[in-house]
Amino acid sequence: MRLDREITCAQVVDLVTAYLEDVLDADDRERVEEHLVFCDGCSTYLDQIRQTIAVTGRLEPEDIPPALQDKLLAAFREWSPA
Amino acid sequence: MVAQPPLEERRLVDALRAGDESAFTRLVEEYGPAMLRVARMFVSSRAVAEEVVQEAWVGVLNGIGRFEGRSSLKTWIFRILTNTAKTRAVREGRSIPFSSLAGEDEEGGAVDADRFLGDDTRFPGHWAAPPQRWEAAPEGRLLAAETLEVLEREIAKLPANQAVVVTMRDVEGFDADDVCNALDISETNQRVLLHRARTKLRRALEEYMQ
Repeated sequence: MRLDREITCAQVVDLVTAYLEDVLDADDRERVEEHLVFCDGCSTYLDQIRQTIAVTGRLEPEDIPPALQDKLLAAFREWSPA
Repeated sequence: MVAQPPLEERRLVDALRAGDESAFTRLVEEYGPAMLRVARMFVSSRAVAEEVVQEAWVGVLNGIGRFEGRSSLKTWIFRILTNTAKTRAVREGRSIPFSSLAGEDEEGGAVDADRFLGDDTRFPGHWAAPPQRWEAAPEGRLLAAETLEVLEREIAKLPANQAVVVTMRDVEGFDADDVCNALDISETNQRVLLHRARTKLRRALEEYMQ
């Protein structure tokens, strides 16, 4: 992807995942980073995306209910070659 | 790509093939909860998701003899899970995520267009209404149980393919390669779905934090 020398806030917001996934080429990455230095709105936005990812990662695992565990074990014993 | 699966994984696979029950329960403990969460994104209810998980494990057991270690065991298990879930979604008459039938969800830019200045202004494409820092909200709000509920509800509202990708990446911590391999989607597709999902989740949190 080629961007103009200066990029807009709307473009930074569109590129935020590509930026975090580290798939931008070096020039575009630099443009985003330069923009972030002077733009409060975009650096807040980036922080919030990071915070969103962090909070999403705190969602509790779904426990395997005991009844399902029992069924799985029964399926295993039925299958088991031993 | 790793040519040889890690020793630990080879041992687990060998133990499972030999009928070692503790190897099986270990795998269920490790991947079962994530499988249940991901299955839930494909089908209509928690009960059906549990059936999908059960069916997927039977598939794992029946297929383990043929597992060649070309992908990681985890990726292979989740491939079986998602294929099982897709088949089940078809039977339920639901639209199937990641199929050509599902079509492209047509969505525009990342945030509401009116958050940015228009072309007729001096700084088009710049923030008209920049986001406000969440640090200003009462301390601990972001980590409160209620915030997690907001997120759960928002994930449930996402189109299924976005919900599956963000669940695998951000809830369960899969890396991008694992997700692409398990779902058989391109890296670009994976990233677009993740981007749309994260964008909406951030927006939901923003509304809640204000």
